[in-house]
Amino acid sequence: MRVFFLTFLSFFISTSMSWSKPILTVYAPDYFTSEWGPGPSIETAFEEICDCDLKYVAGDLLPRLLIERDKIKADVVIGLNTDVTLKARTLDVFIPHGQDVSELTIPIKWTDRIFLPFNWSHTAFIFDNTKVDNPPTSFEELLDLPNDTRIIIQDPRTSISGLAFVLWVKAVFGDNSEKAFFRLAPKVLTVTKGWSESYGMFTEGEADMVLSYTTSPAYHIIAENDKTKSAAIFDEGHYFMAELVGMTKNAKEPELAKKFMNFVLSETFQKMIPTANWSFPANLDSSKLPEGFAGLPLPQKVLFYTEEEVEHYKDIVIQEWLTAFQQ
Amino acid sequence: MRLSFVGGLIVISLIIFLTFGTLLAVTFRMEGFSGLARYDWAVIKFTFLQAFISALTSLILAIPISRALVRRNFIGRRILITLLGAPFILPVIVAILGLIAVFGRTGLVSDFLGFFNLKPLPLYGLQGVIIAHVFFNLPLAVRLLLQGWLSIPAERFRLGHALNFSPLNFFKYLEVPMLTRFVPGAFLLIFLICTTSFAVALALGGGPKATTVELSIYQAFRFEFDLSRVAVLALIQFLICGLIAILSFWIALPTYQGSGLDRVIPINFQGRIVDFIFILGSALFLILPLFMIVFRGSHSLFLLPEAIFMAAFRSICVALFASLLTVVMGLFVASLLVYHSKKFEIIGYLPIAASPLVIGVGLFIMSYQWMDPARIALPAAVLINALMCVPFVLRAILPTFIDIEKNYGRLADSLRMSGWTRFRWLLWPRLRRSVGFCMGLAAALSMGDLGVIALFADPNHSTLPLEIYRLMTAYRMNDAYGAALLLLLLSVSLFWIFDRGGRLDANS
Repeated sequence: MRVFFLTFLSFFISTSMSWSKPILTVYAPDYFTSEWGPGPSIETAFEEICDCDLKYVAGDLLPRLLIERDKIKADVVIGLNTDVTLKARTLDVFIPHGQDVSELTIPIKWTDRIFLPFNWSHTAFIFDNTKVDNPPTSFEELLDLPNDTRIIIQDPRTSISGLAFVLWVKAVFGDNSEKAFFRLAPKVLTVTKGWSESYGMFTEGEADMVLSYTTSPAYHIIAENDKTKSAAIFDEGHYFMAELVGMTKNAKEPELAKKFMNFVLSETFQKMIPTANWSFPANLDSSKLPEGFAGLPLPQKVLFYTEEEVEHYKDIVIQEWLTAFQQ
Repeated sequence: MRLSFVGGLIVISLIIFLTFGTLLAVTFRMEGFSGLARYDWAVIKFTFLQAFISALTSLILAIPISRALVRRNFIGRRILITLLGAPFILPVIVAILGLIAVFGRTGLVSDFLGFFNLKPLPLYGLQGVIIAHVFFNLPLAVRLLLQGWLSIPAERFRLGHALNFSPLNFFKYLEVPMLTRFVPGAFLLIFLICTTSFAVALALGGGPKATTVELSIYQAFRFEFDLSRVAVLALIQFLICGLIAILSFWIALPTYQGSGLDRVIPINFQGRIVDFIFILGSALFLILPLFMIVFRGSHSLFLLPEAIFMAAFRSICVALFASLLTVVMGLFVASLLVYHSKKFEIIGYLPIAASPLVIGVGLFIMSYQWMDPARIALPAAVLINALMCVPFVLRAILPTFIDIEKNYGRLADSLRMSGWTRFRWLLWPRLRRSVGFCMGLAAALSMGDLGVIALFADPNHSTLPLEIYRLMTAYRMNDAYGAALLLLLLSVSLFWIFDRGGRLDANS
C-alpha cells in the first residue's frame, strides 16, 4: 500500500512538475508537424536541452499570421519560405533573430535580420534515369522535348513549389517567360494544387518528370536505397528557396524563443535536417552531410529574387502562366 | 401558438442573417472595386460552361433512360429506381474517389483502353467535373422525368397504337409535349446545383483551366487571404445563384398533363434493345464507382490511422447536431407558415440559392477578431449544413403539416390542445415519418459535407471528408479508399437509422 502511495505521489509530482514547465509555442505548417515531417524529432531534441515543453500549432502560416496580427500566440514561427516573407514582414510582428549569419552554408548572401534560414534547396525537375535516356541539360532543352512527354507541375497560386517554379521561369526567360509557358504547356500532364500529390503521381509512374527540388533524389537514395531518381540540372541556373524561422515581438517566452533560435543553427539541429526535411542544412559544413547528399549533382548558377522583386513579378508571371495554361 | 410564432420568427431571422447578413459582412471587406481581371472572367465562363454541359448531358441521357424505365419491366427495376436515390445521400468525396477508380488514369476504363493500346483518359479538369456532376445529377434528372412519363395517361399510348402510330409519331405527339414542360425546370435545377458545387471542383477541377467561382473563393481565402477579392467573388457567386433562382421560379415544375384511369397498361413498344442498353449503361455508371469503393477500400479499412477515426467521430457529431437543428428549424418555419403567415415561405427556400462558402467566409469575418477560427469550424459546419437542409425539410413536412391541420385542426381546437400538447399528440405522430426521413437526409448530407470545413479546419478539427481529401492530395490512395468506405458506411447507416426510426410504430 505504501509503495502504491509513493508511486502515486511521485507520479503526481512528476506530472505537476511537467505542468509547471514553460511552454514554447511554435507555429508550423501541417507537413512539418506530421509524423513524417521534421517536427517531432526537433521537438524531442530541443526539449532535452531547454527544460521546457515545445508545442506546435499546425496550419497554414501566412493566413494565420494575417488573421491574428498582433494577437499571435506563438513565440516562434517556423516554416515560412523566402518567396512570401514580404507580407509577413509588413505585419511588424517579428523581431530580429540576433544570429550571426555571415558563415551560413547557403549559396546566396544572407542579410535578413528578421528571418533566419534553416534549410534550403533549389527547384528542379526530377526524372527516372532508367526511363529517360537524354535528360534535358537546359531549360531550352526541356521546352524542346517532344510534346508527348508527361510532366507534372504545381499550381503557383496554391503551392510554394509552384510559385518558385514560375519565378524560376521569369528569372531564366525574363520578358519571354510567357512564350516559355506556352512551349511547356502541351507537355504538362496535369497541374496539381500541392507538391505531394504531384510527387505521388510521379513515383507511381504516371509521369516522366515532376517539378520538385534538387534534394529530392536524396530521399530515394537514403530512405529507399533507390538510385533511379535524378534531378535534371539546367545550364541557365536553378531557383533558390529557403525555409525560415522567426521570433515574435509579443512572445510569452522570449528567452526560450532566443534559445530556440540558437538551437536552429546548432549542429544538433542542422544534422537532423537532411534526413528529416530532405533538404540542405543552412549551417553545416558539406563534409558533415550524409552520403546521399554529398554526391548530389548541383547547379553551377543559382537564381534568386528578393522579396520586393517577388512582389513585383509574382502577379505578372502568374497571369502569364494562367494565360498559357488556359489554352 | 406563441412559441411557434416567436420561434418561427427567430428561425426566419437566422436564415436571413445567414444568407444576406453574411453577404453584407463580406461586402464590407471590399476595398474598392477595380473591375475583374482577365482570369476572373475565365473563371465565370468556366463556371457557366461546366454547369451548362453537365445539365445538358444529364438531361440528354435522362430522356432515353427514364423512357426505358417506364416502358420496360425487368427484374431489379425497383432496385435500380431506389438506387437512383442513392446519390442524394452519397458523400461527394466518396463518389469522386469511386469515379477516379473507374475513369481515372489508372482506373478500369483506362485499363480497358490500354488493352487496345489507347491512351488513358484524363479525368482531372473539365471532363472530370462534368462526369462527376452527371453522376450526381443524372439520377435526379431521371427521377424528375419519370414523373413526366408517368403523367402521360396510358390510355393515350393505347390510342396511339390503335391509330397505328410510328415511334416517331409517339415521340412527336405524346412525348415532346411532356418533355417541353418538364425539361426546362429540371435543366435549371441541375444547372443551379452545378454552379454551386464545391467539392467536385475542388477535387477534380482546379488548375488554370477548371476553376469555378466557388473554388476561387476558397483559394483567395485559404491561400492568399485576400478578403477584398473574396468579397468580389462572393458577390459574383450570389448574383449567379440569384439569377438562376429567379429564373427557376418562373419555370416551375408542372405536374399535370392529362387524366386517365391511372392504370399502367403494358404496351408492346418497339426498341427493346436500345432501351436495355440505356438501362444497363445507367446501372453500370451508377454501381461501378460504388463497387470500386467497397473493393479498394475494404483492404485498408481496418488499417486506417487513428486520426481518421477521430475525424469520423467529429463528422458523426456534426451530422447529429445538424440533423437535429435542421428539423427544429424546419418545424418552426412550417408552424409559422401554417398558423401565422404564408408570406415567409420564400425565405424558407432561400438557402437553395445561397453559397455555403460565402456564408462560411461571412461567419469567419464576423468572428475572427474574437475567436480562433479553427474553433468555430465545427459549429459553423453544423449551422450551415442545417441551414442548407431547411428547404428539404419544408418540402417534406409542409404538405403533411397543412393536411393535418385541415383534417384535425378544428377537433384539436375544440379540445383546447395547444403548444406542446398539440405538437406531441396531434402533429408528431403524423409527422415523424417525414421527420425521420429528413433527419436521415440531413445527417447523411452533413456527414459527407466538404465545404466550409475546408475553409477553416486545421488537422485537430478536421472531419472525415476533409481527411479523405488530405489523403488524396498526399497521394495516399489506399488510405483514402479505406476512409471513403468508412464514410460511405457511416452515411448510409445514419440515413437508415433515422429513416427507420421515423417509421417504427408510426401508427401509434
